[in-house]
Amino acid sequence: MNRVRRTFFTQAAAGVAILSLAPGFRLVELAVGKSDDEPVSPSVRWGMLVDTSKCAQGCTACVEACNEEHGLYGFGRAESDAQWIRKMELRDEQTGKTHSLPMLCQHCADPPCVDVCPTGASFVRDDGIVLVDKHICIGCRYCMLACPYKARSFIHEELNNQRPHAPRGKGTVESCTFCVHRVDKDLTPACVEACSAAGHGALIFGDLNDQRDPVAQKLRDLPSTQVRDDLKLNTAVRYYGI
Amino acid sequence: MDRIRYTTLSVSAQFYWVLLIALGAVLFIGLLAAHYMEQQGHWVTGMSNQVVWGIPHVFAIFLILAASGALNVASLHSVFKIDSYKPLARLSGLLAIALLTGGLLILVLDLGRPDRLIVAMTTYNFKSIFAWNIFLYTGFVLVTVVYLCLLFQPRMSGLVRTAGLFAFVWRFVLTTGTGSIFGFLVARDAYDAAIMAPLFVAHSLSLGTSVFLLTAIWVFRLMRQPLSGGWLAKLGRLNGVFIAVVLYLIAVQHLTNIYVAQHGDIERFILLEGGLLTVVFWAGQVLLGGLIPMTMFFTGAGGPVWRIVMAAALVALGGFAQLYVIIIGGQVFPLDLFPGMQESSVFFDGVITSYRPSIAELLLGIGGIALAMVVITVAIRVLPFVPLMDMSPDTGKTKR
Amino acid sequence: MSSTACSRLIACLILTLFIWLEQAGAQISGNSRAAELEQCVEPTALMRKSHMDFLKHQRDLTVHQGIRTRKHSLLECIACHAEKAANGEFIAINAQGQFCQGCHAAVAVSMDCFQCHAARPEPSAMLTNHISITTADLDSAR
Ligand code: HEC
Ligand code: HEC
Ligand code: HEC
Repeated sequence: MNRVRRTFFTQAAAGVAILSLAPGFRLVELAVGKSDDEPVSPSVRWGMLVDTSKCAQGCTACVEACNEEHGLYGFGRAESDAQWIRKMELRDEQTGKTHSLPMLCQHCADPPCVDVCPTGASFVRDDGIVLVDKHICIGCRYCMLACPYKARSFIHEELNNQRPHAPRGKGTVESCTFCVHRVDKDLTPACVEACSAAGHGALIFGDLNDQRDPVAQKLRDLPSTQVRDDLKLNTAVRYYGI
Repeated sequence: MDRIRYTTLSVSAQFYWVLLIALGAVLFIGLLAAHYMEQQGHWVTGMSNQVVWGIPHVFAIFLILAASGALNVASLHSVFKIDSYKPLARLSGLLAIALLTGGLLILVLDLGRPDRLIVAMTTYNFKSIFAWNIFLYTGFVLVTVVYLCLLFQPRMSGLVRTAGLFAFVWRFVLTTGTGSIFGFLVARDAYDAAIMAPLFVAHSLSLGTSVFLLTAIWVFRLMRQPLSGGWLAKLGRLNGVFIAVVLYLIAVQHLTNIYVAQHGDIERFILLEGGLLTVVFWAGQVLLGGLIPMTMFFTGAGGPVWRIVMAAALVALGGFAQLYVIIIGGQVFPLDLFPGMQESSVFFDGVITSYRPSIAELLLGIGGIALAMVVITVAIRVLPFVPLMDMSPDTGKTKR
Repeated sequence: MSSTACSRLIACLILTLFIWLEQAGAQISGNSRAAELEQCVEPTALMRKSHMDFLKHQRDLTVHQGIRTRKHSLLECIACHAEKAANGEFIAINAQGQFCQGCHAAVAVSMDCFQCHAARPEPSAMLTNHISITTADLDSAR
């Protein structure tokens, strides 16, 4: 396909996206967006800021959007059903202050799951997204033991009716992909979109390495924390307000 | 000493086949169970996203530890040059291979995608201790096979020492690697400790020696061979020492963990408040699997054979208890993501989860043991593994 | 068995295989987008021989490098080759006698792709997947 056509398609699609979806979708992203035949660039590091002061207790819009996007469904067995993002309620044992926040794969720069994976199925993509290559995952679940965030799920049963862009199947491990299929098309993850659609705007997504990016700017201005920062994993998901 | 004569399993053909078919049936049922787990998916097991490794891993790691420990007797001969163990070296090597094969069978069949075993054998992530273990396990089998081949060649006694030394070093690395599977898990308070590796090494010594004692006594009895020569008593006393070391390391493991501020909760859970797990720890691991057999080995190793059988069986039981506490206990206890906060979610944050093994996974585990026994039975039937013992009681020398 | 008999047998087998493949070829029929087109994303003979290599190569590019070209994408194979039933619903491409399954059954290939990958296109997913390949794209790709 020639270059002009490609650019046309990319922009047309992005245009559709702007019209239909995203309030706060910025033109800048069009400029930095990659075309389909370009590999992802290590100069980008995708990340997320969770503003817990805006995250509403009892709201599960992000969880539902994730389930919808990836076709996650349960079998009525909470212990073994898949979850990619979950809402956690916290209560300070000393002061009694409560927090509500989403917990998901933190997309560490030095992820324990990747270190332990025997086949290299778990890997960090050049743009910082931690993924499972389900084509070479053997289902040993060592990564799940290693993950400090309990962010990974093993598929315990045969699945049906998967979404075409989110292949999933029995016997492999999976977790949040930062909606890689959307990010590659210059869209934001489903949870982020749902959070702003619900009027909270507690989740901000963007390139941590790009100083003009709102995420990078906020992280520069606001105090934020990494969960289990004692492990020094350099997470791409940061929390504000706890 | 090089005149020891060996023999094959000299029992009636009928007995042999009945034994083999019985063991084969247990193995077959284990394979069926694995197939069922495979077809249905792992929801038919007690394992879940909370407890991701269960009873199959307890069985598998038990067998792997016992395998490397079972080589002790051979090492006593070829590394430490204690000649009275020489007649038993073949059996020791065989046991090591058989147990490891059983353990690996369980590990592989518990995978989510055992059909991708070829991927596991061809694609490696060399940062992963698990990938290294795949090498260590297959390498151990190879090294031990070579060692056994040399043992069967009377002229190769020079090389036997070298091969034996090599196997000896290999087994230490192997158990260190197995312990490190847990020791490297920084995320979990129960595991994140360097002491896991030496603990597993010591544990393998006592488990392996016990399993060797049980097997050797069983085989000798089957063949109506005298259990003479003093090796029983010597191995028994040695095992007492091994158990003492294990107990010491367990004490160090828990005491040091208590002093790591963050890890206090998990220690309180395992040692005091864990319900069944706490019982398994104190009664199973410490008392039945540690203090009692240690005393029995120290005081009565020279006594009647049943006492040795009893003590060795208790050690094996304690081994299961220990691995159960480590593997399951470390997982049912919740991860603490936000210290100082009470955590709750629909995904079991902040709560202790439970694990109940299903029949299928138990059968798979037992099937692994059956495979080990099938290997032993067939091997001693077709090849001369068992020494014709006629040892004088105190010197331990073999006569012709 | 003599060597001539042997080679005859082999020749026979190969011939049968070709007939099978021919029949499979005839399956580009029914109500799929491919039925209206003349060519696959590569010359048809090449596709027959090497589609698995294209797919496996593409899979690594996509998963590891985020390259999402459409030419060799599995999503696109399905979008173009899946047939529609009389009621307008897509039929799973791995169902009995359908495009991928029909031919694989004939040549006794088994593959696990559709344990995970959806076997029919999903119209609502077209937004994130962009507009699908058109004949014009293929022309310009050549
Ligand atoms: C734009 C539509 C389109 C797409 C996308 C497409 N194909 Fe095709 N394919 C066709 C058409 C049309 C034919 C028939 C060509 C002919 O008859 O010569 C064909 C033929 C084939 C054949 C040969 C069939 C036979 O019976 O000889 C194979 C195999 C095949 N395609 C596989 C694939 C695979 C695999 C993909 C995805 C990588 C794919 N196709 C993507 C349109 C498409
Ligand atoms: C265990 C689940 C699983 C199985 C089995 C599986 N895949 Fe995938 N596949 C995935 C996932 C997950 C992705 C990533 C999707 C994404 O990032 O958009 C993917 C992506 C792909 C892609 C790139 C996306 C596209 O549609 O072009 C190709 C090509 C692909 N797989 C081919 C295959 C083939 C061929 C097989 C069978 C040999 C197969 N896969 C089996 C899970 C699976
Ligand atoms: C014309 C017959 C034909 C059609 C149609 C066809 N295939 Fe194949 N396919 C084959 C043959 C033959 C092989 C085996 C090649 C070999 O083993 O070298 C194969 C192998 C494969 C493999 C590799 C299997 C493995 O794991 O080794 C994949 C993946 C595959 N096909 C995907 C597809 C998909 C997807 C479609 C439908 C879009 C499709 N094929 C349609 C003939 C066909």
